[in-house]
Amino acid sequence: MKKYNVVTTISYPKKGAMGKTGSWRIFRPILDKAKCVKCLRCWIYCPEATIIRNKDDTVSIDYEYCKGCGICANVCKVKAITMEREVKKK
Amino acid sequence: MAIKDLPDTECVLPGSAACPGCPATMGLRIVFKALGKNTIMVVPACCTAVIESLHPHTSFDIPVMNIAFEAAAAGASGVEAALRQQGKEDTTVVAWAGDGGTYDIGIQALSGALERQTNFIYICYNNQIYSNTGIQRSGATPYGAWTTTTVDGKTEFRKEMGEIIQAHHIPYSAQACVSYPEDLYNKLKKAKGIKGPKYIEIMAPCPPGWRFSMEKTVDMGILAVETGAWALYEFENDKMTFNGKSKLILEKKIERKPIEEWIKYQGRFRHLFKPEKDVKKLKAIEEHTDQMWERYRACYL
Repeated sequence: MKKYNVVTTISYPKKGAMGKTGSWRIFRPILDKAKCVKCLRCWIYCPEATIIRNKDDTVSIDYEYCKGCGICANVCKVKAITMEREVKKK
Repeated sequence: MAIKDLPDTECVLPGSAACPGCPATMGLRIVFKALGKNTIMVVPACCTAVIESLHPHTSFDIPVMNIAFEAAAAGASGVEAALRQQGKEDTTVVAWAGDGGTYDIGIQALSGALERQTNFIYICYNNQIYSNTGIQRSGATPYGAWTTTTVDGKTEFRKEMGEIIQAHHIPYSAQACVSYPEDLYNKLKKAKGIKGPKYIEIMAPCPPGWRFSMEKTVDMGILAVETGAWALYEFENDKMTFNGKSKLILEKKIERKPIEEWIKYQGRFRHLFKPEKDVKKLKAIEEHTDQMWERYRACYL
């Protein structure tokens, strides 16, 4: 990335500027690909841009940064996304 | 314009400091989709200054300048003048401020920039409180709402910023809502194509500030429009056009839902329902909304 030599404080764009925000999550969105009708409502409403739109308009979820707000499950008209409680990894 | 047709451009990078369910990042994603990468944004003190995350990293993939609370529009004027001097007139300059930085603290800089016919887009995302500093009342807070500085509920009604802006007779001003992304996208696209000052206000229901659960952000925005608490409109060259559900409400094709439908889900209005229903205050809110729509009908129908 281009760095600028100016006398002021500059921050540079980076994915995960606040770390792996997926660790904030209590409920985890689970996508049922069979039910999905590719309406992309979850993609446009996701506040974190963690719903990734694929080339064929299917979606996948970036669990590394998803904060688990549940908006995607709430806006889904066909209930293809459900929220499940996170379980602690051993 | 359907959701499928919105571009893939993504300038809000995942892993920002926003609360889960934040309407500001939801709105910002649409803004960047509409305006593209050739944009410079000026951000005063507001939630977005925090959402950008900590030095040396930022979550926004476009140039952003942070500036003092009252100076968003003044800063944007400076950036626009510098770009004009360099001949880079295809770059869009955006000032993105909260309702505190627009209704209360930033109003004189904004009014000045509009009067000078600065070629920029001013976007106010209105969550009706100073949420960044811990939920204090602002000029946009509605009557009866709890905040940390109005513990018994606000005793005044909110002011109509849209109408103050219209008094400047700028080429384009609009009201939108994060729950209607296509509508917001179209308004931004239209604003981008117009020369001169543009003002867009976005209703942004804030889960921690309004005290509702974080998955309900979109529902709250939709209810705000359907109950008539918020109107979607465009004001272009002194001609008013209402959009979507607001148009139907204005033309009385559908009845607006009672305001209670919207506020009963919000913890900030809980004292109006518990321990007993405060009929007087609810009626005052309802009457105020009716008055607003009657005024719209008298002026624009």
